[in-house]
Amino acid sequence: MRPFRDLSIKHKLTWLGILTSTSGLILACTAFVAYDVRNFYSDIVDSATTQAKIIGYNSAATILFIDPHTAGETLGALRTDPDVIAAGIYTRDGKLFASYTSDPREPSSVSLPRSFTEPRDGQRFHERYLELWRRIGFEQKDIGAILILTSLQTMRVRLFQYIGIALLALLISTLGSIAVSLWFQRRISGPILHLAETTNRVSRNKDFSLRARAESGDEIGQLVGTFNAMLARIQEQNQELEQARAELEQRVIDRTAQLEAANKELEAFSYSVSHDLRAPLRSIDGFSQAVLEDYHDKLGPDGQADLQRVRAATQRMGQLIDDMLDLSRVTRAKLLREPIDLSALARSVGAEIQKAESERNVEFRVAEEMVAQADPRLLRIVLENLLRNAWKFTGKHPKAKIEFGVQQDNGRPVYFVRDDGAGFDMTYANKLFGAFQRLHAMTDFSGTGVGLATVQRIISRHGGQVWAQGEVEKGATFYFTL
Amino acid sequence: MADKVILLVEDNPDDEALTLRALKKNNIQNDVVIARDGAEALDYLFGAGAYAGRDVSALPSVTLLDLKLPKIDGLEVLKRIRADERTRFLPVVILTSSKEEQDLINGYKLGANSYIRKPVDFSQFIDAVRQLGLYWLLLNEPAPMENR
Repeated sequence: MRPFRDLSIKHKLTWLGILTSTSGLILACTAFVAYDVRNFYSDIVDSATTQAKIIGYNSAATILFIDPHTAGETLGALRTDPDVIAAGIYTRDGKLFASYTSDPREPSSVSLPRSFTEPRDGQRFHERYLELWRRIGFEQKDIGAILILTSLQTMRVRLFQYIGIALLALLISTLGSIAVSLWFQRRISGPILHLAETTNRVSRNKDFSLRARAESGDEIGQLVGTFNAMLARIQEQNQELEQARAELEQRVIDRTAQLEAANKELEAFSYSVSHDLRAPLRSIDGFSQAVLEDYHDKLGPDGQADLQRVRAATQRMGQLIDDMLDLSRVTRAKLLREPIDLSALARSVGAEIQKAESERNVEFRVAEEMVAQADPRLLRIVLENLLRNAWKFTGKHPKAKIEFGVQQDNGRPVYFVRDDGAGFDMTYANKLFGAFQRLHAMTDFSGTGVGLATVQRIISRHGGQVWAQGEVEKGATFYFTL
Repeated sequence: MADKVILLVEDNPDDEALTLRALKKNNIQNDVVIARDGAEALDYLFGAGAYAGRDVSALPSVTLLDLKLPKIDGLEVLKRIRADERTRFLPVVILTSSKEEQDLINGYKLGANSYIRKPVDFSQFIDAVRQLGLYWLLLNEPAPMENR
């Protein structure tokens, strides 16, 4: 059987009603029956005592005058009480003097003793009869005793009837209490069960539009009210969330569309720059060259020098346009991360740079086994820019050292390219990575100022950071994370 | 080889003049046919329009094709050249300003034989044209006629 605490409220309430009312009734019935039993017994003793006293008083003379016949007649008066089984008068020395038996033809199992010598008044209850005796006195002297045996049968019958009635009453009231507690139970547990069922359905179907019925104004009714209010609030919040989500989604769609449009525009712009902006430059350069060749003598040295400047400027602009396009291409290119060997990549880039100017005395040092998850094409552009910069800015030193390595900072690798070249003034460090920003005069070091901007775009597209430290004429170090 | 022509498809008169100058500087004597847009180039190749009645079996030794052209653009011209039995083996060199990846990919995908980006530096351009002429006019063996 299940323990009481696991029973449903419905059953608990039923049991509560039944047990409370039944135990009350049982207690009450028991008390009544006990009280009545006690009354019965004292009644029967009282009536037997009265009979014994009357007969004892009336038969005192018969004992004194030794008249057993009259004494027998006196005892015969007990015939009026059918419960009296037998009675006897005894003399002082305990001999049976006179006797009475209710039905002499049917000798009962109970019979008067031949002698009786109890010194004091008393009574004794036997299973089926009461044995009661009283001393008979005359003028303060004890002259004998009277013994009456009274049947308990009548009283027993009455007692059983009484108990039967009590049990019947108990049964009826128990049934009544079951009915009443069932009715109450339905009133109390019905709404609770309904509430439980509703909460179940809400959590199962995630349907917050359901409501529980409030049937009463008691605590359960209040609970139902609070629960409904809670559901309403959740529903409201869900709607708000849904609305916010929809708005957000729409905004994302709008922004994506705007971004796509902007990207398309940028692409169209780049394309147009690539085609249309370079074409006039080719004309300027080409025809300048043509004039230089065809009218060489007429121009004179100054005119030739001027036209050479035109050509140089044109080519520089061509370079600027190309760098700008590269920068925008880096921004638009798809990022494909894969494991790459940075050490090998740096050595290959370094070898290429060295081959172009093999006469320079530069020590190239690359740390071993640097591996990273990054886009190989874009990382090559980063290393080309940083190493070419290092190469370029050490160009005025007869002997130089360029180093590519890695150090750990809070468990994450920080890569660096270090040189001992021209360096830079830290005051302008924030300008280093801006597009077309240069810290050196064109005459000292050539370049368009796009290289480091490109590096920064690539690094930030990898989710990393790039920064630099330097000192004029001591060298520069460029750090980056991926 | 001098009887073979070069077809130059170019809408920019400056570029046309510079290309002709570069050819001359490199002593390339071949006749140069100039088409100023894609439609004109196709007319020449297929003997239509102004070139109606031309013997279309006489193919140029090489076609220098710009991509950005009025009417029919360079990639479309290339597509039609490759789609036609008569011209599918015609050597086509794309000669353009663009170095956009997409143009390169589309150019090769449609069957360009070579892709050259016009440099701003005219000296470099002259050098490029010299190598181009040397290769396509002297070194390269065109596909035999009967197989075309």
